[in-house]
Amino acid sequence: MNAALVYALTGTALFVLGVAGLILQPHLLRKILAFNIMGSGIFLVMVGLAQRAGTPDPVPQAMVLTGIVVAIAATALALALARQLLDMSGEMRLPEEKSGKDRLDV
Amino acid sequence: MKTLLNVAVLFLAGAFGLALGWAILDLPVAAVNLPEQLTAQLDMSGVVHPVTAVLLNFRGYDTLLEIAVLLLALLGILALPRHVSDHQHRPFTANPVLQTLARVLVPLMLLVAGYILWAGAHRPGGAFQAGAVLAGAGVLLHLAGLLPAWVTPGRTLRAGLAVGLLVFIAVAVALMAQGTLLQYPPGWAGALILMIEASLTFSLGLILAGLYLILADSRAQA
Amino acid sequence: MFDPIPWLILSPLIWATLAFVHGPGQGGRLPVAGLILQLALAAMLAQQIVAGGVRVYAVGGWGAPLGIDLMADGLSAVMLLLTQTVALPLVFYARAYFAGHANSLRYFWPLTGYLLAAMNALFLSADVFNIYVTLELLGLAAVGLVALAGGAGPITAAMRYLLAALLGSGAYLLGVALLYGVYGSVSLAALIPLIAADAPAVVSLAAALMLLGLMLKTALFPFHIWLPPAHGGAPAPVSALLSALVIKASFYLILRLWFDLFEPITSVAAAQLLGALGAAAILWGSFLALRQTHLKMLVAYSTVAQIGYLFLLFPLATGVSAEVAASAWQGGVLQVVAHGLAKAAMFAAVGAMIIATGRDEISGIAGVAARLPLTLFTFALAGVTIMGLPPSGGFAAKWLLLGAAQASGQWWWIVVMVVGGLLSAAYIFKVLRQAFLPVEETANFKLLPRMLEWPVLLLALASLVLGLGGGEVLSLLGAT
Repeated sequence: MNAALVYALTGTALFVLGVAGLILQPHLLRKILAFNIMGSGIFLVMVGLAQRAGTPDPVPQAMVLTGIVVAIAATALALALARQLLDMSGEMRLPEEKSGKDRLDV
Repeated sequence: MKTLLNVAVLFLAGAFGLALGWAILDLPVAAVNLPEQLTAQLDMSGVVHPVTAVLLNFRGYDTLLEIAVLLLALLGILALPRHVSDHQHRPFTANPVLQTLARVLVPLMLLVAGYILWAGAHRPGGAFQAGAVLAGAGVLLHLAGLLPAWVTPGRTLRAGLAVGLLVFIAVAVALMAQGTLLQYPPGWAGALILMIEASLTFSLGLILAGLYLILADSRAQA
Repeated sequence: MFDPIPWLILSPLIWATLAFVHGPGQGGRLPVAGLILQLALAAMLAQQIVAGGVRVYAVGGWGAPLGIDLMADGLSAVMLLLTQTVALPLVFYARAYFAGHANSLRYFWPLTGYLLAAMNALFLSADVFNIYVTLELLGLAAVGLVALAGGAGPITAAMRYLLAALLGSGAYLLGVALLYGVYGSVSLAALIPLIAADAPAVVSLAAALMLLGLMLKTALFPFHIWLPPAHGGAPAPVSALLSALVIKASFYLILRLWFDLFEPITSVAAAQLLGALGAAAILWGSFLALRQTHLKMLVAYSTVAQIGYLFLLFPLATGVSAEVAASAWQGGVLQVVAHGLAKAAMFAAVGAMIIATGRDEISGIAGVAARLPLTLFTFALAGVTIMGLPPSGGFAAKWLLLGAAQASGQWWWIVVMVVGGLLSAAYIFKVLRQAFLPVEETANFKLLPRMLEWPVLLLALASLVLGLGGGEVLSLLGAT
């Protein structure tokens, strides 16, 4: 086991934490943060696993840069939607009513 | 029901994490040695720094789409129906210390952005980092009360937001004349990449600042 | 030889960006011109593939694995043709639909342009990381379109949709990271022989992650919960685009991964599991569609059910004889095309009814048969394909799937398909019956512009004709 694998293992742990948070946390800001933690985990796996032979690999590094920009874009849109919901409903969480589950009847 | 779901998600996530962690401990050597191929072709890419070469040349097409993603996020935010907030908005106090600081810092930030853009060809740096610094300057100006939030971008501003993507597409289209999408002719690669990166820096700065300044506005309407 | 491949991606990118610079609500002529061009390009590409086989295009001239390769085979050509064919009539429809509501039009055109660019790029990509970027472009454009309607309902639906899409693409991207880690490449062409030669356990985990992420984006049961509010709450042209095309993009990727990339490590058990989820989607989605009181929610739940049929393809084409597998595969792809055409027509027709009656409940459409015969006819034609009655494309698709189930002795899928067909007939007749009731005294029908009716009729007719001309699609699909 070398240093690169430590990054990949940390990334795995962060991904798992992020996914659990994204699903379980009711507060939207926490969900958005969890998404970013999940993303960081993926990026660590991507860079860490690729350089397990000991030499850094610029290709996944460039891919991670692309991934970071995409994550910024998604985070911004998510924050804008969350703000809009806050303004309309006064709450930073998704309503738990029927629209969330299958609507049997209205 | 709720706790059952929580337990199930946590259990599945944990089990998956352990399985994945165990599976990556012992992997064979990768069959394709991409860094080696990259080094062999780096001279042809027009830049010296390998990450920039991947971003703007070898996988430049990814970057083209990625700029579209960023512009799209801004577009999605602009397309949201304007909702006047009920929340009380605290007007910015034009703090003279902050304003003076911003007036000193912003020209420096512009200089740094220019340097990072130029340095990207041969060391870590490039359009994204430079654009982020530009955006930081915009946010700083707004916080100091020197730059108003964006209500609805006018045509000039929209053109500025889109110019990076448009120049990138225009280069791609122009290069189609000689055959292949985004294939830079030998000798021209460095200059074309610098031109794309310069216009990207400008647009990325505006877009990233816009993500902040447009959201800042809906509160100011209250 | 002129090569349509790069232009299919550049054209929507260009007109979307120009429409953005033009400004909110402006630039409605650009998509018309752009889509006519793209339809011609897609037809040209299909012709080239039939004549000359699979096409590979090295972006930047580098070639995989260092550069990014694009690839077009029969399946990509079918998807590209479907996308432009569905989108072009919808553009005319959308121009008329938004004519009265300039405010909600805002950035509809650029968002639609990027949506189409993302789909065209996705269908042409042969690089798993590049596919990730196109998936995100597609997801963000779709979320932006759902949010256009405004109001608490659609914004909540958009938020849910965005979170589901991000979770899905996150799982997919981790799979890509693992594949790169194991093999050192993200090119499909490089990965396929490597996985066939040696696949350590982590590759199975990567496959599971990528497929699960895409299933979430395709809204396969039980991951469908985000779909009905998003598709049912959006403006009608958006619902039509999302239900007809966007979910098919992630399904297309599942096909690619299952039958090309991960073919050596797929198992009959996994295929049966996918089929079981599909069966559950058919039954549960149809049942819920039957229970809906609002038109667009009914059509949205019908999409949940119809997605189920697509996943019956996996048990019918995995671990069976080559002949049966081919028939199942053709049936599955034909179902993608038939449902795409019919569901676009159905959502657009329902949208026209809602505009004309001013109400979105099913109980509010009494008299539509008398006042909007053309739109109701369109709805009924689309319904024929959804129910799978002859001679529609839906019938041809389900017939092929039934044949494959029978030939491979998997009778349980036949039961599911028959019950699903009956349920879909029930929910479609629920709408038709109401439409034939006499006009209510208080009802106030608006006159519809022709563009809200005729382009939609074309889509419904296309879904019907597909049953007769399905052979053309299948021969394009089989081109190698």
